[in-house]
Amino acid sequence: MESDYIIIGGGIVGLSVGWGLLRRGLSVTVLDGGDGSFRASRGNFGLVWVQGKGLKQPRYARWSQGSAAAWAGFAAELQDGAGIDLHLEQRGGLDLHFSEDTLDATVAQFSALKEQLGGDYPFEVLGNNALRKEEPAIGPKLAGAILHHQDGQANPLKLLRSLASDVRRRGGRVVTGVKVTEVDKTDLFRVICDTGAEYQSRKIVLAAGLGAAALGPKLGFRAPVRPQRGQVLITEKLPPTLRLPSLIARQVDEGGIQIGATNEEVGYDDHTTPEGLARLASEAVAAYPVLGRAQLVRSWGALRIMTPDGLPIYQHSATMPGASLVTCHSGITLAAAHALFLPDWLEGTDASPDLEVFGEARFS
Amino acid sequence: MTDLLILGAGPAGMAASARAAGLGLSVVLIDEQPRAGGQIYREVDRVSGPRGAILGADYLRGRALTGALAHPRITHLGGATVWQVGAGPEVFLTRNGQAERIAGQRLLIATGALERPMPVPGWTLPGVMTTGAAQILLKRSGLVAERAVLAGSGPLLYLVAAQMVRAGTPPLALVETQRMGDLLAAQGHLTGALRGIRDLAKGLGLLADLRRAGVRRFTGVRDMAVLGDTRTEGIAFTTAKGPQQIACDTVLLHHGVVPNTQIPRSIEADHAWSDHQRCFAPVTDAWGETTVAGVFVAGDGGGILGAQAAELSGQLAALQVACTLGAITTGDRDLAARPLRRALARQRAFRRFLDRAYPPYSGGLAPKDDTVVCRCEEITAGQVRAAAARGAMGPNQCKAFLRVGMGPCQGRYCGATITELLASAHRQTPDQTGAFRIRPPIKPVTLGEIAAMVAASDTEAET
Amino acid sequence: MKPVFRDLTPDRPRVTIRFGGQALSVPEGETLAAALLLAGIEAFRDTPATGRPRGPFCMMGACYDCLVQIDGVTRQACMTEVSEGLEVHRVPRPGDADD
Repeated sequence: MESDYIIIGGGIVGLSVGWGLLRRGLSVTVLDGGDGSFRASRGNFGLVWVQGKGLKQPRYARWSQGSAAAWAGFAAELQDGAGIDLHLEQRGGLDLHFSEDTLDATVAQFSALKEQLGGDYPFEVLGNNALRKEEPAIGPKLAGAILHHQDGQANPLKLLRSLASDVRRRGGRVVTGVKVTEVDKTDLFRVICDTGAEYQSRKIVLAAGLGAAALGPKLGFRAPVRPQRGQVLITEKLPPTLRLPSLIARQVDEGGIQIGATNEEVGYDDHTTPEGLARLASEAVAAYPVLGRAQLVRSWGALRIMTPDGLPIYQHSATMPGASLVTCHSGITLAAAHALFLPDWLEGTDASPDLEVFGEARFS
Repeated sequence: MTDLLILGAGPAGMAASARAAGLGLSVVLIDEQPRAGGQIYREVDRVSGPRGAILGADYLRGRALTGALAHPRITHLGGATVWQVGAGPEVFLTRNGQAERIAGQRLLIATGALERPMPVPGWTLPGVMTTGAAQILLKRSGLVAERAVLAGSGPLLYLVAAQMVRAGTPPLALVETQRMGDLLAAQGHLTGALRGIRDLAKGLGLLADLRRAGVRRFTGVRDMAVLGDTRTEGIAFTTAKGPQQIACDTVLLHHGVVPNTQIPRSIEADHAWSDHQRCFAPVTDAWGETTVAGVFVAGDGGGILGAQAAELSGQLAALQVACTLGAITTGDRDLAARPLRRALARQRAFRRFLDRAYPPYSGGLAPKDDTVVCRCEEITAGQVRAAAARGAMGPNQCKAFLRVGMGPCQGRYCGATITELLASAHRQTPDQTGAFRIRPPIKPVTLGEIAAMVAASDTEAET
Repeated sequence: MKPVFRDLTPDRPRVTIRFGGQALSVPEGETLAAALLLAGIEAFRDTPATGRPRGPFCMMGACYDCLVQIDGVTRQACMTEVSEGLEVHRVPRPGDADD
């Protein structure tokens, strides 16, 4: 069984890349884990988000902006194929602040980045009154917010399902419930799974999330990824209550209010904690008092895939030519870039984006 | 700190409370209902006169259990909704709109059973209820459905039908899915079951009552569907004689009960699939201790054995807790356990017979494609099968694809079905397929109640 | 609509509650679910996903089909007891205008 590409990892990142390759007429095999694998794709918040990204690396800000700008076209094409509305909304997003000090400090950082980006960083600062005009559910405790017009949201589970479905529709082969144990290369790459099955390909994309930490070195990558836990809450389905997504809460298309997320360095532990739940609930009610009456129906913890500097890694292997590492903690925001721009980088075409700043050289 | 926290004031929880308190332990008994009894003995202390006669002597014996709770070492917290359980063990609950945390040395989960989900076409219509629901309406409220059909399989159908007859409102019909072959196969277990001959005779007596009352019975039924557009108008099914229809206002479904595993699952206790009971149950030792140290399960929540067995397993857990906390010696424990285990063995043998004689309705285990299986999110069996084809190996990936189990019931009434559908699609065992991962809250709780708890603990910290 | 359940003890003391603006005389201390059924109301809400009617199913707090709204909070009717003057609303659907 031979294909142009084997993609190790069937989450949002792997499937986005696979979908993009299939769209270029390449053949793809996706190898995916089991029901209990750590899966950031099942646990993320669903923001298509620009603000705050790349404060220290404007290339990352631009990469996120490029993806956010390409999202509508990506969503339309994917929706055409899979027939599922992804509920993309890009009407801006809020970073809420309870104190003037943190608001001012963030505004200063954003202004500096805006200059580096040649002015393409459309945000405005809202005081409490202006904020409540934008978002009536906001309570009196907030000092203000930054409204960034390039931000938005989508339904991440519908994205996952659409990709899983459309990759197959486009002829991609997806093998689930397997764990990759060995990879070697002679003429072709040969990937061996715990089931004993073997797959061959011309190229390999390692998009295994946290699994890259173990598999990376076999393919010549450092892959310095670590888990960072995010706990998230979701309420019962409510009538329209929140207009814009914020970093504290957003209303999903089905009606639930999603609240998140914590940032915790606790290793490979994706449990929720009473303290985490309580802190998230308390912050959400402080920001949006009307949520005090909402019933919490579910909570979950998921593990972000973090790199030492928080930026994605895009790296071609030096020791195993044809293998590439793709990893990030913003698989939703970057889904469009991964589907539409990465295939050029993987195939080395003239249109390849310059991703050198995202290489592993930065860790040496 | 309290010695023993018990969740659920049904027969297992009540018997465990009394036994543990009698051995000198302090007990906090936590239950959702304001008054003790569980669903089986619901409102047993308040039911009087004619309603007691309708419900029968087996029901009224629950008064001995509720009576024994009046012990100085037992604190009964009624009307408490538990929404999180943690290692420790500790329990987070809401009572009278206030959230609180209670810690104990040991925890006993005695949260009983749920009706096995019985997805048939039309089962989400108003007017369709579980048979257990009808019995609760009778016990708690003195309400009887006037034009009802009971459908499915199992002795509970006979019991409820007989109670309806005694109440002067017989059901229109019993529509039963078990076949003669099931009863014949069950006879292999009869030697064991004969030890439970009294129960068997009682079952036969109920059937005679129903015959006398003129209640029609259909057996070996398949292709069951509830009729109606916005409410229940009837039930359709097929027997050996061909298609049948009965007009009615209420359909009461039942094809057995399954352990309510939400809380043990939420603390990641190991579970195993029971082939003969066709459900998951927590893995325990002979005293009911789960794979989470210090946390026990007793009663139907540990495997379906019925109310009398629940009292026994509750007491066994209490003995072990008392022993591990140093209140009694292992010798005393074992001596006290011996008669309990003997009685439990009799109950188990009888249950084997019932499980074989009244298997779940196959059409409810593997519903047709257009039947809704997840009531909350309104997802059909066909969608689940399609998700399986798109790579959902287990319930959790299926949940991400379809939202099954994401609604307020948190998978209570679809979890078993989803596992079976996926297992069958991938030709795996239910153990390989797995179950929904249960995360807090175990029951919905308002954000305000949780937030108020944070505010309170902050105040405590400051003073 | 005529109730499909018969009350075995019809002569109980009664209280008045309101459901969706409609005044109902129901037995005092009864569960809200039973009270509404006795008042001839079988469908308590429309589902958020498809808008189909739902009524009580399990009567033991597990299925969340009998949801209603009291004081702006979603509650299970089978787990709530009625008292004089109780004001009960239908749960608004996600598609409903928020006013």
